[in-house]
Amino acid sequence: MWLNFVDYIFYSFDKQNPFIKAAHFFIYDTGKILFLLFVIIFFISLLRSYFHVEKIRDYLSGKSAIFGYIFAALFGIITPFCSCSAIPLFLGFLQARIRLGVTFSYLVSAPMNNEIAIAMLFTLFGWKVAVLYICLGVLVAIFSGLFIDLFDFEKEILIDIKPANTEFKEQKSSLKIKLNDAYYFTIDIIKKIFLYVIIGVAVGAFIHGYVPSEFIVKYASGGNWYDVPIATLLGIPMYSNVAGVMPLVEVLTSKGMMIGSALSFMMAITALSLPEAMILKRIISFKLITIFFAVVGFGIIFNGYLFNSILG
Amino acid sequence: MKIEILGTGCSKCNELENRTKQAVAKVGIIAQIEKVEDLVEIMSFGVASTPALVINNDVKVSGRVPSVDEIVAILNT
Repeated sequence: MWLNFVDYIFYSFDKQNPFIKAAHFFIYDTGKILFLLFVIIFFISLLRSYFHVEKIRDYLSGKSAIFGYIFAALFGIITPFCSCSAIPLFLGFLQARIRLGVTFSYLVSAPMNNEIAIAMLFTLFGWKVAVLYICLGVLVAIFSGLFIDLFDFEKEILIDIKPANTEFKEQKSSLKIKLNDAYYFTIDIIKKIFLYVIIGVAVGAFIHGYVPSEFIVKYASGGNWYDVPIATLLGIPMYSNVAGVMPLVEVLTSKGMMIGSALSFMMAITALSLPEAMILKRIISFKLITIFFAVVGFGIIFNGYLFNSILG
Repeated sequence: MKIEILGTGCSKCNELENRTKQAVAKVGIIAQIEKVEDLVEIMSFGVASTPALVINNDVKVSGRVPSVDEIVAILNT
């Protein structure tokens, strides 16, 4: 309906004019993205209010190692995460005697499967790519955790972990509070990413209207072996701009960029965040952070190759 | 009444502190509001998500920023 409306407005003008093409794309995409972002983020945050990090921690602390990695990675999807909450979470998990690797599994999965990334993927690429992204993210999280536990890294933790004095009690809140919270949370996020989305779509619209596909195919999807590692490295400094970058990636893939490289790029944006590394530096050694980044990075690169070879 | 705000200094923690102050003013009670930023001390409360609101050593809210009205309701119970 929205597409028909925008079509009607714009295609009464000249359809072949690149400016009209770009403007049509821009109006259609921002309208669609903002509406869907609102709906999806609202429902994700509402769903999340039913899961407390503390409850998940207590649940995980009673699980055997193998289940630990799997559940930690799955819980990472549904719990909220911001890099400022990484430390209490990390320490809280270890305090409950959850294995270091299981804690890392969660720490990989939670930021990777954040509400903005999922909502953007769903909006721009459809549910198949969104589900693919989530599944791959969970796999990377599980294997990173398993790998970390192959070694004894306990001494790389810089803070002495003591048991808690008080037992944690469950907090209940009414549906009204949950709806209210979800609404304000969503508005808050939309406000934060609004500008990035607009800029991302504007640049995307420009590419859509003016840059020929052959150019993209030549430079972004040459099938070169180094495409995936470069896409992954480029993703690291893009942290928190996932909302602005994804519209670009959408245009690039529609013009010939390989989906595996695109997925690696997006995963690197969300999972390998420099601000998070700086924050973790306060509690774990530089060595362990480097290993953590390297392991996750390799997992992401492996995914990229896998998908380029399957879908390419 | 002793109110503690647990958090490592992020914007959400400051927001929680502001709202708590507003709620205390609304209810009109005398309370000592303290910010706890030390990691080891935060851990001693057994929370795994910040910001958290602690009243008389009892964790009331963790991992989110409640509205002023909600804090008022908590203070009244």
